Amino acid sequence: MPPLARRNLFHDKIRLTVTLTGIVFSVVLIVVELGLFVGFSVTTSGIVDHSNADLWVVSRGTPYIEQGAPFSERKLYQVLATPGVAIAEKYIVRFAFWKAPDGSERSVQIVGLDPHSQLGAPWNVVAGSVGDLEKPDAVMVDEIYKEKLGADHIGQVFEVAGHRARVVGFTRGIRAFTTTPYVFTSFNNALDYSRMSEDQTLFILIRATPGTSIPDLQARLASRLTDVDVLTKAQFSQMTRFYWMFTTGAGIAVLIAALLGLVVGVVVVAQTIYATTMDHIREFGTLKAMGAPNSYIYRVIITQATISAVIGYALAMVVSVFIVHGSNSGGAAVMVPWQMAVGIFFLALLMCISAALVSIKKVTHLDPAMVFRG
Amino acid sequence: MNSAITVRNIVKTYEEGASRIPALRGVDLDVFPGEVVLLMGPSGSGKTTLLSIMGCILRPTSGSVQVNGIEATSLTEKELPPIRLAHIGFVFQGFNLFPTLSVGENVELALDLRGIRGASATQEARRLLALVELDNRYDSSPSDISGGQKQRVAIARALAGSPTVILADEPTAALDGLTGRSVMQTMHDLAHKHGRAVVVVTHDSRVLEFADRIVHMEDGSIVDGQTESLKIPPAIAPSTIAGPELDRPMSTN
Repeated sequence: MPPLARRNLFHDKIRLTVTLTGIVFSVVLIVVELGLFVGFSVTTSGIVDHSNADLWVVSRGTPYIEQGAPFSERKLYQVLATPGVAIAEKYIVRFAFWKAPDGSERSVQIVGLDPHSQLGAPWNVVAGSVGDLEKPDAVMVDEIYKEKLGADHIGQVFEVAGHRARVVGFTRGIRAFTTTPYVFTSFNNALDYSRMSEDQTLFILIRATPGTSIPDLQARLASRLTDVDVLTKAQFSQMTRFYWMFTTGAGIAVLIAALLGLVVGVVVVAQTIYATTMDHIREFGTLKAMGAPNSYIYRVIITQATISAVIGYALAMVVSVFIVHGSNSGGAAVMVPWQMAVGIFFLALLMCISAALVSIKKVTHLDPAMVFRG
Repeated sequence: MNSAITVRNIVKTYEEGASRIPALRGVDLDVFPGEVVLLMGPSGSGKTTLLSIMGCILRPTSGSVQVNGIEATSLTEKELPPIRLAHIGFVFQGFNLFPTLSVGENVELALDLRGIRGASATQEARRLLALVELDNRYDSSPSDISGGQKQRVAIARALAGSPTVILADEPTAALDGLTGRSVMQTMHDLAHKHGRAVVVVTHDSRVLEFADRIVHMEDGSIVDGQTESLKIPPAIAPSTIAGPELDRPMSTN
């Protein structure tokens, strides 16, 4: 087929620029909003997802990780006595106040764990080590929050709930959805920082023995333990994500923004492709008069839409790479898995082809006799 | 001899709101292979409407249209484009070339509609352009050639697929006298040397000498007694009616 679609598309460079600008704006907006959605989702449940635990014991009716309520630590021994449990550790995630040397206070989330355990430990440690958390008053924070907490090197001393907190290490990329930084410390320090009594815990993390059926173990524990819920990691993760993304409306907001981006893209592309079609309407009339079936003309228009989608998507992804890269050092991560990038390509394609439907409708009803009228 | 196009009792009425505007009032006409027929008459006489109906682009309100024996009026809208592709080539007043395609690509587009692609299309396009002596402008843009050359490209395009019927709407209207004569000579050669049935709608009295018949129209009818046979077309062998290969250049003075 002679390159009628491509030639017509590139013939009017200004209109092509407008079309591509619309597509780039739309795709970038969709990428950023969906990327934020994924980033937010991952961030909300990060502590749960990286816990290395198969099961979580939480107080009855806990809807998400930030809403844990204290329960007796004696439950830990019941858990340890249950067949199929390999490791079980007490765990705390609770809000507290961090006091900087200048006297300013910041809200933080204390994460209390057993430094020798494999469960619930900080990940992506870039300075210090997890084992350093067993030292007195030891805490570990993420690089992203250095400025916010005033902590920029190992050895600095701060105050949390009237107790010393000494920085022994830094992690990278552990964000808190609430923008309240996580502060990792030993379980005993966490009891002090969060003003809990020694016989209490907020969570129990459990690793099953190899070969144990997780659902069976979950059921066994649920039957043994009273006044608590036993959740798989996936279940607790999902609950936490759902609460923050949908119950609060945060997720809906970004999804609506993504949808708006899609609508903008469809409108802009529809308008420019329609204008291009009208500019070349006599050519389409000539094609019809010559005997071209409607499908031949549809192919021309859809080819134009497809070329626009491909070029616009490529340009948009270049812009998006910079945005994603730039967000890595910020409080909100834009995460774009490759599967999402591929999906957005097909969405861009669908967007442009849908936008072309207006033009397709126009040429469908085009009277070829118009070529005989002046 | 079988006619290439036969129209019988063609009526075409346009409805605009409550008004009914008769464009054609019962027209009968046969066009034979090997002849050039001019449709002449004042503006609004129905010439272009008749041409559109003969070309299966416009449906008559009533009447019959046969193209090479095929009753077109009984066909559905979807069945008409293949008839045009197989039997009819069009030449338009405004050339109607595709400005973003080269001269050669304009002809190739018409071949592409007929399923001829790739190297075959290029070869055939060059051959058709050679017939109108424009093969040296294959890669030129339509904006870089003259009006007469554009019309010759349009003729080459109309010949794609070897249609038996060529319908031309005011082909010389946008051309000067000399160029117009050249184009009409080409039309004449299509009929007399290559056996095509050529129908030309025109106001241009300068092209009369190229006509075998002149059909005068007025107010949607062929004026009684105003169909002039100027020349008797030579007898055409049945094989040529099907569309012989156009293998020698046409005169393009």
